[in-house]
Parts: sequence; C-alpha cells; structure tokens
Amino acid sequence: MMDTMRERFVRVTTELLDEHSNLALVLADIGVSQFQGTIGFTETGAMKRFDGRVVNVGIREQLLVSFAAGMALEGFRPIVHTYAPFLVERPFEQFKLDFGHQGLGGIFVSVGASLDTAGLGRTHQAPEDIALIGTLPGWEAHVPGHPDEVEVLLRRAAAGSGPVYIRLTTESNAQAVDVDPGRMTRLRPGSPDAATVIAVGPMLDRVIAATRDMDVNLLYAATVRPFDRESLTETLAAPEVVIVEPYLEGTSAAEASAALMDRPHRLLSLGLPRVEHRHYGSASEHYAAHRLDESGIRERIGEFLRQSAAA
Amino acid sequence: MTGDEKHSFSANSTLDVLWVLYDRVLRVNPANPDDTERDRFLLSKGHGPMAYYAVLAAKGFIPLDALPTFGRYDSILGFHPDGQLIPGVEIGSGSLGHGLPIASGVAAGLRARRMDGPRVFCLVGDAELDEGSNHEAIAAAARLGLNNLNVVVVDNKSASHGWPGGIAARFAVEGWSTSDVDGRDHGALHEAFSTPHPEAPHAVVAHVETKG
Repeated sequence: MMDTMRERFVRVTTELLDEHSNLALVLADIGVSQFQGTIGFTETGAMKRFDGRVVNVGIREQLLVSFAAGMALEGFRPIVHTYAPFLVERPFEQFKLDFGHQGLGGIFVSVGASLDTAGLGRTHQAPEDIALIGTLPGWEAHVPGHPDEVEVLLRRAAAGSGPVYIRLTTESNAQAVDVDPGRMTRLRPGSPDAATVIAVGPMLDRVIAATRDMDVNLLYAATVRPFDRESLTETLAAPEVVIVEPYLEGTSAAEASAALMDRPHRLLSLGLPRVEHRHYGSASEHYAAHRLDESGIRERIGEFLRQSAAA
Repeated sequence: MTGDEKHSFSANSTLDVLWVLYDRVLRVNPANPDDTERDRFLLSKGHGPMAYYAVLAAKGFIPLDALPTFGRYDSILGFHPDGQLIPGVEIGSGSLGHGLPIASGVAAGLRARRMDGPRVFCLVGDAELDEGSNHEAIAAAARLGLNNLNVVVVDNKSASHGWPGGIAARFAVEGWSTSDVDGRDHGALHEAFSTPHPEAPHAVVAHVETKG
C-alpha cells in the first residue's frame, strides 16, 4: 500500500535531520504524534537526539513561525509544519516580516490542503494558501501530486536556502510524475492547434480522465511559484489555456496572463470558488458541488473549447 | 531628527536602557558586527528608533552623518529600522510583537549550536505587550529552557488597559526571573542586566515617565 504524502514527509524529514546538521524541525503540537514513531518525539528525547534542533512550541502558531525565523538567524534551515490554515493564514504577517523582510529562508510544509478535512468545516479548509504565498517575493510554492514528488521537492528544499512552501494533501495521483522542481512537465502533446491544459498537483488524475479524448496539450505543474512561464509559452499552440488548481480559482491566472502578455489568448481558471464554505462531508462531495470532479472538469473544459470553436 | 516623526515618546523612553546596554552590557563590536560570539540585541519596539540610531552612531556602528538622513527615501535609517540596511541591527522591526518570539528562536538556535557565550537581549514596550504573540513567547520560553534569553520591557505606561499586578508578575508566573528597576538609573539597569539567571530567562521591567 502506498504511503501518504505526510507519511513520506515524516520519514524523509527524519532522514534529513540526520543528514544535515543545519536542519531544524519546529512544530506546534500538530505533527508531534506523527514524528513519535520516527524520532521518539518527546520534549527531552528528540531535543537530546538532535541537539535542540527539534522543538515543539505548543499550540502557538505565531511563535511557531517567529521562533523558526530566530533559528534561521542562527544559521539553521527550519522545517515548519502544521495544518495549512494555521501555518499560512493565522501567522501570515510572520511569513511576510520574520522570513521575507528579514531575508531568511525556511521550509514550510502544510497538511490539510483545501479540503482534506472537509468534515471539520471552514476552520480547517485553506483554499487560500497558495494565493497568499504568491504575494511574497522570492518564495517557492510546491503542490505535489504524489508522495514520490514530495520526497523530491523536500530533499531539494533541504539543500536550498530560500523560503519554500510545500502543500501536502491526502489525495494522490496513481502515478508520480518525474518532476523537475520549478518546471512544468509536458505529459501529452496535442495537435498543432490544440489548447493547453495545466493540471496542478493532485488534480492531475482527474484532468487526465476528463480530457482523455480531447485534443489538448497537457502540462503538469507540481511547482506553482515561481510559475513556469517558459514552459507555458513554449507549449502554447492554440490561444486557449486552461488551469486546473486544487485551491482558489484564478490563483495562477495573473501568472498565465503575464506569460502570454504578447499573445491574444483565452484563459479558463478552474478551482474552488470564492464563497464562504458552509458544508462538511468529504472532499469528493465538495469537488462535485463545485464541478471539480472528473465530469465537472470535462464539461467545463468542453464548454470552453466549444466557445472557442464557435468564435 | 526631523521633528515630524510620530514616536518621539518612544525614543525618549528607551534612551537610557539602550545606552546602558550598548555602553556596559552587550558584547558587540562595530568593527565586526556579525561576530558569531556577539551578544544578540533585538529591538522589537521599532517605533521611535531615534534613540537607537543615536546610540548606534555613538558606538560606531553607523556614521554620525547618517543621522540627518533619517527617513529619507534612500537613507539606511527609517522611521522603523531595517536590519538588512543597518550594520549591527539584528532584525527589522516596526510591526509590534515580532521581536520577542524571534528572540526566543535565536536563543534556541544558540543553544542548539552549543554556544554558551552569546546572550540574547530583546527590548519591548509595555503597550507592545498587548500583542498576543509576545505571550506565546513568554509562556514558552521558560518551559523550553531558554535561559540565555533576556527581555527588557520599557514601561512608560502606555498600554491602554494597563497591567494589573505589574508586568513583572506576568513573566514570573511563566517561570521567568524578573527585576523591576528605574529605567533612568544606569547603575540599577546595569545591575539588573547583569543578574545571573542560570535557571530561567530573565525579564527586566524598566520604569520611565508616563507617556503623554
């Protein structure tokens, strides 16, 4: 049975802590039990094994980020982990100032994504995270679609120096893509006048199924910031572009438009709508309600392409 | 100074504390401001940095002729300090409630490096303590054993709702050692900053004139 993204994150992070003495792990209670099995996480045990490089600050998310910044000032590369809304939204000013403005780097790994814990309600849904990270200059944002991609992206981030956000989810594509971090991967070529469809992270399997008999160029993005404008412009044939993202619709629309500023084009952005979500249930129910399941994506892309043909 | 800055009270309130720190307490060297063995000083209350700049200039971290450029577009000296622009300044600050949580991480980082020499000092204001982020750090620091962390609260009684029971009590209940001193008394400040506290982080509450 395939491991989850989070299980892979825990295993690889534990290995990285052994491999890199400059890495630190800062938690705010969330994740402590997951690391329990790999590093025997206790306040004293893990602190002793890793010379104080593993710290649980308790349920204090502003401190979580600022504390990590302080460790970064002392030369550590902190890995910071909790649920997406508590990692990105609650302490967002700490992202902006304590890392961005201080010129520091770190690795921020969230769980929960947009809808992993849909049943817990709006407080645990974070479809806004990538849009927020996108406002910060110099940040990388990765949206892996498979545990293997998590490992590639995490190991690369550990060897780097800048600020990196990695968004984990319980969803996974059936097969990993051999990602080149920062670049989109062309999975399926279309004809010379085919539209281009970009699937982001865990949306890939649904997009493949939804477009199975459509003549499109299919790109896959596990990295969304910086947005790989070059791959889009290189791939673009017909002036129709579709982006399917597992978070707020339109999050990457400005990036795509900037990439294509010198070309007349039409853009369809699929993602979660900007509404106040008041439903529980499962992620699949939410995707269906917002026409982000396979049939909804197929219908919307089909409508978009028929409009182009009619024009 | 230009006279149009908003936070002259803040600058006046911190002047003696800053002078005692830089003149008698901090082990810092303007010729080597990034020395790994230096004490770390984080000005969290970035409001009213004129006193800070004056002390930095007096101690040779910045040239005296930088002072008249205060607040200009291309000056290194803004109305709130930018740690990326000023030699010897550990962090940029201005938005309240960031310095102490960062200082906690700095203290943890030094400990993780097994660097026992450098100490960490952070200056906050009494009104700045209204920011909840400070209390996340206050509550965690002693429990995490950050005994190399020192905080000085400059108290000009500007917190809108005050601190019933006293500011020091807020730290003490979380396991800090504390001192209450006259924030204009250089000898008392020096003694408070020099008090050994091997078992706990240390908070010095420096009382100055009431703002206004």
